[in-house]
Amino acid sequence: MGSQSLVVCTAGEGRLTIAGLGAWTADNATRLESCIDSAHPNDASKLEIDMGDVKEFDTYGAWILERLMRGDGRPRQVSLVRLPEKFHDLVEDVRRTNRSAPAPLQRIVWPLARLADIGRGVEAAGAEVLRLAAMVGALVVLFGAALLAPRRFRLTSIVHHLDRVGLRSVPIIILITLLIGSIIAQQGFFHFRRFGADDYVVDLVGILTLREIGVLIVSIMVAGRSGSSYTAELGSMKMREEIDALRTMGRNPLEVLVLPRIIALVVALPLLALIGAMAALIGGGIVASIYGMEPNLYVARLREAVSISDFEVGMIKAPFMALVIGLVACTEGFQVRGSAESLGARTTSSVVKAIFLVIVLDGIFAMFFSSMGM
Amino acid sequence: MKDAGAPKAIEVTDLVVEFDRKRVLDHLSLDVRAGEILGLVGASGAGKSVLLRTMLGLTPKRQGRIAIFGVDRDKATLQELQTLERRWGVLYQQGALFSSLTVFQNIEFPIREYLRTPQRLMREIANAKLEMVGLKPEDGDKLPSELSGGMTKRVALARALALDPAIVFLDEPTSGLDPIAAREFGVLIRTLQRTLGLTVFMVTHEIEALRTICDRIAALAGGRIVAIGSMSQVLETEDPWVKSYFRGVRSAPPSAPATP
Repeated sequence: MGSQSLVVCTAGEGRLTIAGLGAWTADNATRLESCIDSAHPNDASKLEIDMGDVKEFDTYGAWILERLMRGDGRPRQVSLVRLPEKFHDLVEDVRRTNRSAPAPLQRIVWPLARLADIGRGVEAAGAEVLRLAAMVGALVVLFGAALLAPRRFRLTSIVHHLDRVGLRSVPIIILITLLIGSIIAQQGFFHFRRFGADDYVVDLVGILTLREIGVLIVSIMVAGRSGSSYTAELGSMKMREEIDALRTMGRNPLEVLVLPRIIALVVALPLLALIGAMAALIGGGIVASIYGMEPNLYVARLREAVSISDFEVGMIKAPFMALVIGLVACTEGFQVRGSAESLGARTTSSVVKAIFLVIVLDGIFAMFFSSMGM
Repeated sequence: MKDAGAPKAIEVTDLVVEFDRKRVLDHLSLDVRAGEILGLVGASGAGKSVLLRTMLGLTPKRQGRIAIFGVDRDKATLQELQTLERRWGVLYQQGALFSSLTVFQNIEFPIREYLRTPQRLMREIANAKLEMVGLKPEDGDKLPSELSGGMTKRVALARALALDPAIVFLDEPTSGLDPIAAREFGVLIRTLQRTLGLTVFMVTHEIEALRTICDRIAALAGGRIVAIGSMSQVLETEDPWVKSYFRGVRSAPPSAPATP
C-alpha cells in the first residue's frame, strides 16, 4: 500500500476537485498532507472534496480533511460530498478541535536571556544557602527538643540507618582505603628509595592517612554511597506524597526522617574513618614488606612517626563531614519535584555538593589546625 | 450485536500465571472479538491487572497461549511484535505519563517514534487528541505533576490513542473521575470504537460503564472466567460472586442495548 495514490486532484477555472482514495490513516498521513498541499487547495475559490472512495479513515485523516476544509481564512466555497456515514461522528469530533490558534512562543533577546539566567542562578544559589541554614536551624531545635524528651530520638530508626550507612559500608571502605594506603606507600618507596630515605615512607603513610586521606576518602565514599541514597529516598517519598502524609498525621518529617538519618551518619562516619585509617596503615605495611621492610620495623617506625594529635586531627573532622553530607543530602531530597528527571538531578547535585563541601571543609580544618599548632 | 463467529482480536487459551507458587490465573480462557468493547470485572486482587499485564507481555506466564490479532508473543518475530505494539494502545491505571515530558510531548511520543510526521501536523494531531478527551490546548504545555487525577487519566487516554490503534487496553479508565466525566469518557470510547473500528479490552469496576458502553462483560473469579456475555446473560449466571456483584442491577430499569 506504500505507493498507492491517496488523492486525485482535478483543477479547473478557479475550482478544484479533490477526490480521496484508499486509506486516510496515520501511516499515510505525511504523504497525504504533502499530496494535498502540492495541489494548493487554498488558492481555489471553489473546492469540492469527494470522500466516497476512502476506505479507511482515522483521526489523522479526519484532521487533514478538516484542515483542508478550513483553509486559510480566505472566503471561498467548500463542499464535501459522499462522506461515508460511519465517518461522520469522527469528522464532527475533530471539527470541534484546534479552534484556537496556538499561543506564540515568548522570545527574549539573547543578552537579556543570558542576564536573566545569571540572575536566576544567583537567586538559586542564595536560596540554597538559606535552605541549608534553615535545615540546620530546624535540626538544632529538634535535637534540643529530643534531648529533653529522649523518646523522640527514634532509636529503632537510628539503628536501622546505622546498619545501612555504617555496618554495610565497612567492606567497601576497607577495600578502598587499603588500596589507597598501598598506593601511597608504593609511590613513597619508589621515589624515596633513590635518595635512601626509605624510613620516611612510614612517616608519609602514617601522617597522610591519619590526618587527611583516611577521613577524606571515607567522607567522599559515604557522600556517594549514603548521601545519594538519602536524597533518592526522601525525594521519591516526596514525589509519592508520603511526606505530606506524615505531616498531616501531625509528625514533623524532619524529626521522623531527617534527624535519625543525620544522627546515624554522624555516629557512623567517625567509626568508618577509624576503620579506614587502620586499613590504610595495613595497606602501607603490606607494601612495605613487599619492598623488604620488616613488619616489626614498620610498626616501630610508625610509633615514632605519628603522634596522637595526628589521629585526633583526623577524627575531629569526621563528624563535621558527616553533618555536611547529611544536611546536603536531606535538603536536596526535599527539593525533588514531581518528575523522575528532578529526582535524578537532585541526587546528582546532592553528591556533587556534598563532596565539594567536604573538601572545602577539609581545607578550612587544615588552616585551623595549623594555626592551633596541631 | 456481533455474532460469535466474528474474527478474534485476542485469544487467550488455558492461561496459567503463578507468583511464588501462588496460582493467580488458573487455566483461564477468554476471547475478545474484533470491534467489540469487552469489560472485565472481578474482585480486588482477583487477578484482573495480572491478566491484562500478561496479555501485554509484562508478566511471564507459566502455561497457555495468548494471541493478539493472531500474533503469539512466544513465536512472533521481532518485526511482528513491533507491528503489534504499533497497533495497540494501553491506558495504565495510574496514567504512567512520562514525568519529565509535557502533556504534548507525552502524546507526541508514540507518533514521533513510529511515524515520520512533520512537527506541525504532529502538534495539530496531538492537540486534536487532547481536545477530544476533553482537555484544553492550554493544558498541553503542563507537566504531568501539575495535572489533577482526572486530567492525568485523560492525557493517558490521549496518549494511548495517539496512533489510532486497532486495540486499546484500558485499566480502570473511569476510576477517579467524577460521574459526569466518567460518562463522557464512556461516550468518547464508544465514538472512537465506532468510527475507528476499535477493539477495547477494559478492566473496570463501574456498573454504569459496563451497562452503557460494553458489548460483553467477563467476570473473573477464582482465577477463571466465571461468566461472559451480554449484561443480561451475565445476570443469569449462578456464580455467587457475580450474583452479589450485580445485586440490584436486575431491579434497575433495563437500559437500551449499546449497539451502534
